Amino acid sequence: MEVISFVALAAGLIIGLGALGACIGIGVMGSKYLEAAARQPELMGELQTKMFLLAGLIDAAFIIGTGIALWFATANPFIAQIANLPK
Amino acid sequence: MAAEGQAPSAGEYIVHHLQHLQNHKQTAVVDFSVVNLDSMFWAITIGVIGCWLLWRAARSATSGVPGRFQAAVEILVEIVDTQAKGIVHNAASRKLVAPLALTVFVWIFLMNAMDLLPVDLLPAIWHVAGPAIGAKDYMRVVPTADLSVTMGLSLSVLLVCLAYNVKIKGVGGWAHELVSAPFGTSKNPIAALILGVVNLAMQLIEFVAKTVSHGMRLFGNMYAGELIFMLIALLGGAFTLSASGFALALLHVVAGSAWAIFHILIITLQAFVFMMLTLVYIGQAHDSH
Repeated sequence: MEVISFVALAAGLIIGLGALGACIGIGVMGSKYLEAAARQPELMGELQTKMFLLAGLIDAAFIIGTGIALWFATANPFIAQIANLPK
Repeated sequence: MAAEGQAPSAGEYIVHHLQHLQNHKQTAVVDFSVVNLDSMFWAITIGVIGCWLLWRAARSATSGVPGRFQAAVEILVEIVDTQAKGIVHNAASRKLVAPLALTVFVWIFLMNAMDLLPVDLLPAIWHVAGPAIGAKDYMRVVPTADLSVTMGLSLSVLLVCLAYNVKIKGVGGWAHELVSAPFGTSKNPIAALILGVVNLAMQLIEFVAKTVSHGMRLFGNMYAGELIFMLIALLGGAFTLSASGFALALLHVVAGSAWAIFHILIITLQAFVFMMLTLVYIGQAHDSH
């Protein structure tokens, strides 16, 4: 039981902290993009490509974390280890 | 679900769907004798389809008013070509690198797009067809959600980078760069030796980090996406003739649609990011420090 509750907590932390970082990152980048686009509208197209590229990079770590956390939450790999523990 | 006896539990469903169709069971973390047959089959099939589509567009291209298909391919080629021009400043290399980037983009986009098929469609077909031809009942249809495939792609990019490093800078020039960048070198032989070791270590770390993050990024995105589709499918699996059962099935439709629409953005973005980073890494091989 203890393992299940710890894994649930860990999954929450992985997703939550990852989301925190990714959202701050996307927010900072988005605001800078809007500022830059307002200052120099002729660069908008060029900056947009770069913004999407960076959005992909920023999101990556978060999405990897979410995938791992969901894996832990649904198909818990640690339960199999408990079964093998010496009693 | 568990009450029916036959139906798998949620955990069993996920575990079963995350199992590759392999030639034999993987026992170690790294085992090069294991072949994921399903990933191989879908990756090669999709690669052939992608090449055939582009070939057909090139064969039937007219200089007059283009059809919709030709216009779409032209836009795609132009996007990749513009990016390649901006990043790789060497017209001779671009003859190889720009088509490489286009191939990478189209191939990865189509492989990622396998995620948009209903998550149980092909595994359900294989559930009937696979055991009938004597194969195990495992099937994963998204090749880019397989770490072996994405790391294979990023290692191939690394090989292209190394080849261009040697080709552009020469063996001597590249060897000099390996020991003198990023911290420079010194006239003093002892300081030069220390700096050389540090520089070489930094360069090796850079190559390893670039390659690993390149492959892991694509894999992580597609793996997480696939897993979320499976979890949404479980909502529909919980359908019963009761109020909560109907609510879950309704949630399945809503969540499935929302995630599929968002996933269209992710698959395109990740294919684009992989292509751009391929160009950036090859471009770096052309710059001397």
